[in-house]
Amino acid sequence: MTETLVRASNVRKSYGHVEVLKGVSLTVKPGEVMCLLGPSGSGKSTFLRCINHLERINGGRIEVGGELVGYARRHGKIFEMNPREVSRQRRGIGMVFQRFNLFPHMTAVENIMAAPVGVKKMERAAAKARAHELLERVGLSHVAGHYPAQLSGGQQQRVAIARALAMDPELLLFDEPTSALDPELVGDVLDVMRRLAADGMTMIVVTHEIGFARSVADTVVFMDGGVVVEAGSPAEVLDNPQNPRTVAFLNSVM
Amino acid sequence: MSSAVPATTAATAAARQEGAVAAEAEDDVVAIPLRHPWRWVVAAVLVLALAGLLASLWTNPNIEHSTIATYLFNPKIINGVGLSLLVTVIAMLVSTVLGVLLAVMRLSKNPVMNAFAWLYVWVFRGTPLLIQIVFWGYLGLLYSQISLGVPFTDFTIFSVDTNTLVPAFVAGLLALTLNQAAYSAEIIRSGMLSVDPGQHEAAASLGMSPSYTLFKVVLPQAMRVIIPPMGNETISMLKQTSLLSVIAVLELYTVATQISSQNLRQVELLLVVSAWYLFLTSVLSVPQYYLERHYGRGTAAQAPTLLGRILQNRITQNRITPRSKR
Repeated sequence: MTETLVRASNVRKSYGHVEVLKGVSLTVKPGEVMCLLGPSGSGKSTFLRCINHLERINGGRIEVGGELVGYARRHGKIFEMNPREVSRQRRGIGMVFQRFNLFPHMTAVENIMAAPVGVKKMERAAAKARAHELLERVGLSHVAGHYPAQLSGGQQQRVAIARALAMDPELLLFDEPTSALDPELVGDVLDVMRRLAADGMTMIVVTHEIGFARSVADTVVFMDGGVVVEAGSPAEVLDNPQNPRTVAFLNSVM
Repeated sequence: MSSAVPATTAATAAARQEGAVAAEAEDDVVAIPLRHPWRWVVAAVLVLALAGLLASLWTNPNIEHSTIATYLFNPKIINGVGLSLLVTVIAMLVSTVLGVLLAVMRLSKNPVMNAFAWLYVWVFRGTPLLIQIVFWGYLGLLYSQISLGVPFTDFTIFSVDTNTLVPAFVAGLLALTLNQAAYSAEIIRSGMLSVDPGQHEAAASLGMSPSYTLFKVVLPQAMRVIIPPMGNETISMLKQTSLLSVIAVLELYTVATQISSQNLRQVELLLVVSAWYLFLTSVLSVPQYYLERHYGRGTAAQAPTLLGRILQNRITQNRITPRSKR
């Protein structure tokens, strides 16, 4: 129907007097992989959290699948959504966090089953079978019964990805998914993400992995100071940056 | 050099397992363990003092030991024990439910609920329990009739005599429950605050509703922090039931004072009562241990109590033995 899955226009967000996002506009097409790069404090994580309404925006608008995020149009007026409507909207948007945020009192397989059973009212047996399928997909069938504390960081993050996938989202948000990992574990997680991208998943990835952005991203967006400084294909932004701030950042991380 | 160390240790460990003592390598440090002579001295002094105290009680002519033996399992006393336990269990269960409700209200963004919970805790935690008990006991003096109807009109659906609706037992139960709810609410609130905010975000990002998040994600994790102080509260509650003697609820202490006012053996009956309270508080530590174990799943640290540690040793030994036999 729409050729755009995510449309953000002029998004603004402030914490008190500090304006973190100063008018961010971008669009993501279905099946597109977008990498958000930028120095810390540039607002890229905040922007990501606005897309699934974990943060409430102070201005502009975000639409996912043609629907306003956090607001409902009824009878020509715009209403703030109640918590139940917000929950329903978030089901279509998966998120993977920097610190994994697995539920520590549930095993890997229970973590993945929790939302399908509790939110979608899926039958336990079906949810369990699907959870095992997803664990296999991220290469972790052998740790299904382990608690998060018994898993390495890389394994926890792959379980977290499987947990997000269990809700069959049309969009996956990654908030620095490899920043909390030991260097030798980063590869496994990036491999899983690479396969997801190849399968056609729409992904917005906040990352510092320039190599991953170069090889997987369709679009690379460089943010600094709460605005989009430069956006385009990896070849344009990473290999031939036009803005001096992009050049300075790339020089410092590569 | 550094690579040789683990190899030696492994070899020594293997040798010890085989029972060969003399197989230690040359570079192993063989030391005499640190001695603690003062521990023995202090322990001896304490044991002597305790023995002296017990002997003075045992040989005291003012204590009739036969009276203690007679009343320890007296049917009246046993009924009192039963009632104390019943009050403890009901008050703890109901107050915990109220406490969760109050904690959720206190943490909610709704200013009305927030203010109500704050006011509740302020009133019930800010006045002495003894006074609250007497207040509920004398409720009939304040409202002789309790009726349901439309306020400020004469329309009433039903009306009951206060002393019929709220006999001493119910008054006591109400007082203990409502007071405990205020304390439990604060314990539960601190437990909920101890859960990582990332857990709320993860649940939200999966589309979980606030109530599902509360019951399936937040409370199970908060339990780990909540249970140890709640075990404390349960033990306090059991002992606080003795305060109900002021409104003549026939719990353990009331029964004992009734008996001693007739036979004038106050000290003996106090010893009987103390023995029962000690026994009951000891028994109550057992479920606490198992609750801690249950809610501690997924984490390493467990069983901080002495009893818990003893029990845990037993359990792990029992578990390991059959496995090693296989």
